This record gives sequence, structure tokens and C-alpha cells, in this order.
Amino acid sequence: MAKATVADLQKIAQEQSGVKSAYQKVVLVCGGTGCESSKSDLIYQNLRQGAQDAGLTNVQVIKTGCFGFCEKGPIVKVQPDESFYVEVKPEDAAEIVAEHLVKGQEVARLLYDKNKKPGTKADDIDFYKKQVRVVLRNCGIIDPENIHEYIARDGYQALAKVLFELTPEQVIEELKKSGLRGRGGAGFPTWRKWDFSKAAPGAQKYIVCNADEGDPGAYMDRSTLEGDPHSVLEAMTIAGRTIGANRGFIYIRAEYPLAIHRLEIAIKQSRELGLLGKGILGSNFDFDIELRLGAGAFVCGEETALLASIEGSRGMPKPRPPFPAVKGLWGQPTVINNVETYANIAAIILKGGEWFAGMGTATSKGTKVFALTGKVKNSGLIEVPMGTTLREIIFDIGGGISSGKKFKAAQSGGPSGGVIAEEFLDTPIDYENLAKIGSIMGSGGLIVMDEDDCMVDVAKFYLEFTVDESCGKCSPCRIGGKQILGLLEKITKGQGALEDIEKIKKIGKAMQRASLCALGGTAANPVISTLKYFEQEYLEHINAKKCRAGKCKDLLAFSIIAEKCKGCGLCLRKCPAGAISGEKLKPHVIAEKKCIKCGACLASCKFGAIVRK
Amino acid sequence: MSSELQLSKDLQDFIKTWKDKPGNLIMILHRVQQEYKYVPREVALYLSKELNVPLAKIYGVVTFYHFFKLKKPGRHNIQVCIGTACYLKGGGDLLLELENLLGVGVGGVTGDGLFSIEGVRCVGCCGLAPVAVIDGEVFGKLKKDKLPEIIAKFKDK
Ligand SMILES: Cc1cc2nc3c(=O)[nH]c(=O)nc-3n(C[C@H](O)[C@H](O)[C@H](O)COP(=O)(O)O)c2cc1C
Ligand code: SF4
Ligand code: SF4
Ligand code: FES
Ligand code: FES
Repeated sequence: MAKATVADLQKIAQEQSGVKSAYQKVVLVCGGTGCESSKSDLIYQNLRQGAQDAGLTNVQVIKTGCFGFCEKGPIVKVQPDESFYVEVKPEDAAEIVAEHLVKGQEVARLLYDKNKKPGTKADDIDFYKKQVRVVLRNCGIIDPENIHEYIARDGYQALAKVLFELTPEQVIEELKKSGLRGRGGAGFPTWRKWDFSKAAPGAQKYIVCNADEGDPGAYMDRSTLEGDPHSVLEAMTIAGRTIGANRGFIYIRAEYPLAIHRLEIAIKQSRELGLLGKGILGSNFDFDIELRLGAGAFVCGEETALLASIEGSRGMPKPRPPFPAVKGLWGQPTVINNVETYANIAAIILKGGEWFAGMGTATSKGTKVFALTGKVKNSGLIEVPMGTTLREIIFDIGGGISSGKKFKAAQSGGPSGGVIAEEFLDTPIDYENLAKIGSIMGSGGLIVMDEDDCMVDVAKFYLEFTVDESCGKCSPCRIGGKQILGLLEKITKGQGALEDIEKIKKIGKAMQRASLCALGGTAANPVISTLKYFEQEYLEHINAKKCRAGKCKDLLAFSIIAEKCKGCGLCLRKCPAGAISGEKLKPHVIAEKKCIKCGACLASCKFGAIVRK
Repeated sequence: MSSELQLSKDLQDFIKTWKDKPGNLIMILHRVQQEYKYVPREVALYLSKELNVPLAKIYGVVTFYHFFKLKKPGRHNIQVCIGTACYLKGGGDLLLELENLLGVGVGGVTGDGLFSIEGVRCVGCCGLAPVAVIDGEVFGKLKKDKLPEIIAKFKDK
């Protein structure tokens, strides 16, 4: 295809809608990483083959990005019937074809809502009801490997508007009105960043997309790139036009092969249509984007380290100022934004800043995508307006705690964040409120914990992570992190002393104040915030040598209550350490020295004769 | 790897296209690792000459980034996720069980060269926690007692 003009975009959009409306039914199969891992590709193949064999020329089968409801994957949705099939298996494809596509009868046993009434929409189910999709507007709807589908949903219209109708100043003004703040964690107003870079002198400016997504337990950016890669390409091009840059880089984790693959396809298709390259849409603006792969270093998510990594060096942070907006990649003015930040841009340009600012709280506008995971029933990817409460997220959308146990805490912001205790379940979530209660918005990881999770252990987990990932350049982070970790290890082993708590707080403060980058500056947050809300648990570990969650193995002891033991011998057979002995039909005993505290015996006894202390 | 170094044509071409681009080293190392599954010393030496960068810088980069390996992994590299979501749902137990089953620790390779174990931090399938990835195939909601079966399956591959 030759280079497109604005009129061509409209033509493609019309043709594509024509193609779509010619089909009586469209079958959307989730091609997100979660569902792909449960063979959704085979489901897709089977459905296509099945439809073809049945001679159904009026049915289209496409593969989309993540629907968000990964817990119930693989997902298949049939439109316009709003049939939402969950946990589909490859062998179910035949039935979907024969019953639904041929006879028009939904396959009730596969529906999420088995009692679905006619006329109800997939979005009516609890998981989706409170969600508002701006960033994920195309995920689960379009085929991300077909640029025409993106164009048919107003894709590249925002870019056309920026190229031919708006001045760079007007673009920045629109972003300012929208109140959009960076979604990578710090929440810096996006318009200001762009404004700084625009004003900064420099012969060659750059646009960078941060797709490093280092928070372990989060996959918002991954899903956005897999489900709607063009939304990011379009926004980066808009940024380029606005600040006067004509080269862009996407720095993406090498651990995300599918996202990389989809981006490569998207970039190729954009170039073919002249949406990247020279004279975009017939204007005099040139812009192109290249990928750069990360290599598994958390610190490279930090912007100055990321830029060093693109330059091919070890990813070590540099002191700021100068900020990248003024002196970034190869010393040139560079706008660096997060994937989700970019994914908002085209919608803001098309619908206006005021529309965007109509969602959210006084200081935080728009929506936020969260990866809701941990001990929650409906684990998955969700997008809600800023200001939604944690209770709505965990209980209404998430369906409550998966184990049926009691909620203990939620963790936001990953290794830089803190825990949110039960008393704050009704706090509207925004940047300021989360900071006030000792956590941070972070990039969107939201991990739910129940009574089985030990807060000291969780703090230790995060510290292990940051110690492992510290680049070692500055000593507060390199040494302080290790010291806190050592103290936490002592406490979880039952060797802690009361003064260790004070020590932790003191080191944490020093790290906060003196670290070079936010990795060290925020590394103590998980321990400080668990101390704040769950000090009692720390004290139990220290004074009573007790871990109420049963996570800290060194503090556990298993024993058999002789009166209750029937001597069935089940536990004896289950114990992998050979620690249990006893004669048949006589009470058994556990040899503490041999016990490895795995808990297998406790789980096996049918008579409640084994106790954990 | 044999002493005389013979790089594949694809790899040579890749190095040629990237040779003069600024910031090429990491991309080239990725391509090398894709081919060899690790960064062999001979290749590092070759790159040092070809790209005109000190060997120390190459090793500086290789050792800084967790993704790059200096030791050849097993034919099947088993990555167990120990990101937060997986950790809370028993990723650590999976790792222990795997070490028991294979008799090697994290970073080790089994005697027959078939398997190696690696702990990774989030593969982006947290909704399916706990997760392990073997040769790119993702196993979600994984239970300990499934591991022997999975290992057996890969043994014959
Ligand atoms: C240790 C560390 C890790 C970070 N990791 C990420 C990351 O994975 N993704 C991201 O977008 N921002 C990350 N950031 C934030 C970036 O430094 C930067 O603020 C962000 O990319 C700016 O984009 P935004 O304004 O759109 O949020 C990290 C910061 C620190 C200190
Ligand atoms: S906890 Fe595990 S090792 Fe200890 S006695 Fe029970 S089964 Fe055996
Ligand atoms: S399983 Fe329970 S009842 Fe049976 S021997 Fe063990 S402790 Fe006794
Ligand atoms: S990957 Fe299919 S719903 Fe998320
Ligand atoms: S934490 Fe394991 S996949 Fe994300």
C-alpha cells in the first residue's frame, strides 16, 4: 500500500467497518499472554477451521489482546450476541461452532454467567461493571496485528489532528487541561515534561517509551502493548511532533516476547502506510521508532538508567537535574513516558482535555489500570476511574478474597510501595491519598494479601528484591538495604530484638534521604509501612517467637495431640522428611529435629490431631 | 564450544547491521544469547575486536544485566517465577520442589545437561500465579505435584 493521506485513513476506516458489518458474527479469541499459555491459539485455529468447514462465510474469527479477566481464561467472546465464554478448551471449539455459530444457540455451560438473560451485555458482569476503559479501549476488541482495525476505531485520527489542525502549543494546552500525570509511578504532569523538552534547545530530540515494567507482579504495560500497540506508536509520534523530535525508542523488557513481536508487526505496518517514516500523512513531519530490549535489571526502569541502557552501557542512574527533558539520550532533550501515559494521549486529543479531567479526583484525573493479583478471586487486569476505592476494586470487581479467609492488606507500588491496611479500604485511590497512607500509586501492581500472609515475610521479600536489584552505585542503597534485610532475616528466624525495629526505621530514613535514585529512596517503604500498620506482627515475631500466618518456618512447630490421634498412619506416609513415627492405632509423634516444617502432615490428618504453633 | 569460532551467517549479518549504531552492544548481546543461550567467551572476544570495545566493557554489561548468562544453561531451561504474585501463591515452594526433583539448585545444570533452573521476577502472567516457563511454554496455576509429569514430558523432547 502506498503512503496514506488523511482521506485514505477515512477510506480504510470505512472499508474496515464495511468488512465488519458484512459479518453476521465476530468471534473474539483472547490472544493475551495469559490465555495463550492455556492454548488459546489452538482454540483460535480450531474455531477458524470449524467455521470454514461448516461453510460459515459470514463469521469472522480474530485474535485480540487481553480481556483482563485472565483468571478465567482462555476467554472467547461472540459478538453481537455478547456471549462471554470462559475457561474454554481447544476441544470446546467444535461445540461453539455447531451450536452457537451454526444454530444460533449459546453454549450455556461455557458462559461466565450460566443464567445469562437475552439482552445482557458482557460488560454487565461484576468484573466489568465498574470499569471504565480508556487505556484499554481496544484491548479485547481489535486484532492488534491488523492496523486497519485500529484505524477503524479512530486510530491515527488524533495524529492527523495534531499534524494539520493543532499547533504544538495547543497540544500541550490540551494535555494541561486534561490533568494527565505520568503513570510510571511518580505522577509528574505530562504536559510540563513535554513543555520543558519543547523549550529546551537541541538539534536532535528524542521520544522514549518506558516499557521496562520492572514491578514484579504487574503486567499493565505488557497487556497494553500486546493488545493495542498502535495506541503507543501514535502517541509517541504526537509527542515527537509536539516537541520537535523525529526519533523514538521503545525500551521493552526482553521477558515480553509476545509484546515485542506485536510491536514489530505494528511498526512495520505503520511504516508501510507512511504513519511512520518521512512526510507522515503527507505533512512535512518525519518520525520513526525503534525497539531496544531491556535485559532484566529493575533499576533500568528508572529514567536516567534506562537512557544509559539504550546508549548500550550498564544501566546506572545519574543524579538529576539535569532532567532528561532537557538533557537526556546522548545529551539531547528527551521526553520519556510510560506506556500507559502514552496510551491515554490519542483519546485526550480526540475527546478533549476536559472530557478526561471529568474523570477522577481533584488532583488525579482519568483512569488507572491495575494488575489485580494475589489472594483475590477475580485476578486480572482492570481499569477504573481515579478515586475508586480499594473496597470496590477488591470486593466488587475482584469478587473478594479467593481463599475465603480474611483480607489483611493490599500492596501497591511494588518494591517502592507500601501496604494498605483494612482501615483504608474506603479511601478513594489517587496519587495523594496513597502517599498519605504510606504507599504510592506506583505503576499499577495491586496485590491482595490474606491472613496466610506474614507482613514481616512480605517486607523481607521486597527487600531481597531491592538488595538484589540495587545497582550499587550509591552506598545508602547498597549498604542500607543489606542491613535492613539482615535485620528482617533475624526477626523472621526468631532472633530479633526490640531495638531492631528502631534500627530499621533509622536506616530506612537514611536511605530515603541520601540515595541517588528512587530505587534506594523508596526501598524501605515496604518495611516502614508494614511496621506502621502491623507492628504487632513484628513484636510477636520478636517477643513470642511466633508467626501467626505460619510463613516463617523457623518459628513453627508441629505436634500431634495424643488424645485426638487415631494412629491411622496417614501423616507418617505423607511426611517427606521421615519425621513421624508411631505404631498402628497408637498415637504418633513428630521428631522436632527431623521436621522440615512443610506442613504436609497437618494437611493430611483427617482427625484434626496435628497442630501448628 | 570448539576453539575455532564460526558464527552463523545470520549472526554475522546482524552484527554488521548494528555495528555502527550507537548503543548497539546490548542488542547484539541479545542476538548472541538467542543463538547460544549464553554469551560464550570466544564470542565476547570476537565482539570486542569487531566492535572495537574493550572486553572489560562487554563483561561489565553482561554481568550487570541478569538476563545475560555466562554459563551454558541446560537444554531445557526451567524458569520459575518468584515475582510477588507468584511468591504469595507458592512460587518459592515450586522452586524448592524442582530443586529436589532435579537435584540441582538455581543456576545449576543437571549432570546430563538436560535441565537448568532459574528464578525469574514476573513474566507478566500474574493472573495465573504461580507460573513457570519452560522453553517459552508458560505453565500457569502450577501445582507442585504436576512438576514430575512436566519434567518427564520435556525429557523426551
Ligand atoms: C527503580 C525505579 C524503577 C522504575 N521502573 C519503571 C518502570 O518499570 N516503568 C515506568 O514506566 N517507570 C518506571 N520508573 C519511573 C521512571 O523513572 C519515570 O519516572 C517514568 O518512566 C516517567 O514516565 P511517566 O511520567 O509517564 O510516568 C521507575 C523508577 C525507579 C526509580
Ligand atoms: S511438618 Fe512436614 S516435615 Fe514436619 S512432621 Fe509434618 S510432614 Fe513431617
Ligand atoms: S494422620 Fe492424624 S490421626 Fe492419623 S496418625 Fe497422623 S495424627 Fe494420628
Ligand atoms: S490474557 Fe486472556 S484475559 Fe488476560
Ligand atoms: S509475579 Fe509471577 S508472573 Fe507476575
